[in-house]
Amino acid sequence: MNTEQTETIGGAPAKAASGGPVIVISNLKKSFGGQEVLKSVSLQLLDGENLVVLGKSGSGKSVLIKCIVRLMDHDGGSITVLGKDVSALNGAGLGELRKKVGFLFQSGALYDSMTVRQNLEFPLRRMRKNLTKSEIDEKVKEVLEHVGLWDTLDKMPSQLSGGMRKRISLARTIIVDPKILLYDEPTTGLDPATSDEISSLIKDVQKKYKTSSLIITHDIQCARSTANRLVMLQDGEVSLEGGIEKFEKSTDPVVKSFFK
Amino acid sequence: MNIPAVNIDKVGDATKQTIAPGRIAGKMGSFFVELANVVFFILATIKETFSRDFESREFLRQCFQIGYKTLPLISITGIIMGLVLTIQSRPVLVNFGAVTKLPGMVAASLIREMGPVITALICAGKIGSGMGAELGSMKVTEQIDAMEVSSTNPMRFLVVTRVLAATLMIPLLILYADALGILGSWAGANIKGDVTFVLFFSQAFAHINFIDLLPAVIKSFFFGAVIGFVGCYKGYTAGRGTESVGVAANSAVVLSSLLVIVVDLIVVQITDLLVS
Repeated sequence: MNTEQTETIGGAPAKAASGGPVIVISNLKKSFGGQEVLKSVSLQLLDGENLVVLGKSGSGKSVLIKCIVRLMDHDGGSITVLGKDVSALNGAGLGELRKKVGFLFQSGALYDSMTVRQNLEFPLRRMRKNLTKSEIDEKVKEVLEHVGLWDTLDKMPSQLSGGMRKRISLARTIIVDPKILLYDEPTTGLDPATSDEISSLIKDVQKKYKTSSLIITHDIQCARSTANRLVMLQDGEVSLEGGIEKFEKSTDPVVKSFFK
Repeated sequence: MNIPAVNIDKVGDATKQTIAPGRIAGKMGSFFVELANVVFFILATIKETFSRDFESREFLRQCFQIGYKTLPLISITGIIMGLVLTIQSRPVLVNFGAVTKLPGMVAASLIREMGPVITALICAGKIGSGMGAELGSMKVTEQIDAMEVSSTNPMRFLVVTRVLAATLMIPLLILYADALGILGSWAGANIKGDVTFVLFFSQAFAHINFIDLLPAVIKSFFFGAVIGFVGCYKGYTAGRGTESVGVAANSAVVLSSLLVIVVDLIVVQITDLLVS
């Protein structure tokens, strides 16, 4: 097991990895029709680290993390999450695994017909069925204060800005105390200031909740701010892996285009 | 019985793989893939209906949405239906000296055919399109995926509750529309005539018997189920783009309206056979 400290990045580094792998992906393959999106992807997410997956649009980044929680079934290779092969899990086993893996969707995916409070209570009532009403209220208050949006409690998602929706979505993801967080383009569509706020939140979550995170992005500022380690996804494979310095020195034209 | 879940991504793959070089073969392939998906969808819905963790709160919310929120539309439709039927029929019956038959004729046609079919078509427009658009937009904005990763079965939470609520509430709306239709008919009869409320209703119900009511009630449950299934299926299997939401809503209305007419035809034929 790789227990070495991974590189820290940027002026305000996130906590470095401290343990063995929590996600192991080996030779992952996924095709749509005749198009091979993931040819042979292999990577590991270490306990406590923030791993950023960079790649151009259409390189299969979102497909990769959707395969991890079985929102899509992969065609070949294997994915092991917290020691369990996800393709071998049945309904109940998959449900248990999903309690430990939080997923922040690109669009936020807040339920339009529910208030912010109901959005936050929704996963909590289903994943932590033994909680009392006061414990649920306490948890809702905790996560909303963590993302700085306590005053939006009874608002509908349509009354919130894009950045607020992303933060509420993050609050909904962390409310069930997942061990692993998967971020799908967390800063896409946001202005630079709001993107920085989201990046800071990702780091705060890592520190406070001791989570391991896989962050899919093509926003290099977000990557610099949040990553302990990076991988580049290109032509359905991992083309480069390492710290930010390795990426900055790379002569690969695609990698260079990200760091211009 | 182990029923596979509906996997939208696989549906797309299967369609692409099935389409043969020939256009007709391709269309036939797509048709059978679609048919298979419909069958899986219905079986999966039935299976989830009888699962232990029934979403009762969401079911009640859907009953409120489908039943209560459709009442104003159904009220206006029901009254106008009775009113127009009476205004159109009265002159003919007067010519034949059979104006006393008016309440019975209007009541029979409302309860047996006009009420159920027109109310169901209105519901297909309002409820079917609403389901198609709501689930379609949830699909596009990844809300269904979010539900799935929250350890919630979207079929159970979204589809079963809506289909059951539609199956239960649409027959009630139809009975309500029938009652208001007869009320509208009484109002219409009083525009050029003079008939008391009690006399009109006693004449109306004197011509109605059990065999008029039973097929109408039975087919109204089928109408509700058809509208629920089609609306949910079209929304749940919508594509990924925003255009798909409009397509889902539109095709939900068109297909459910068509199926309401087809179900009506089948029930009329069966009733005719049984009665004769």
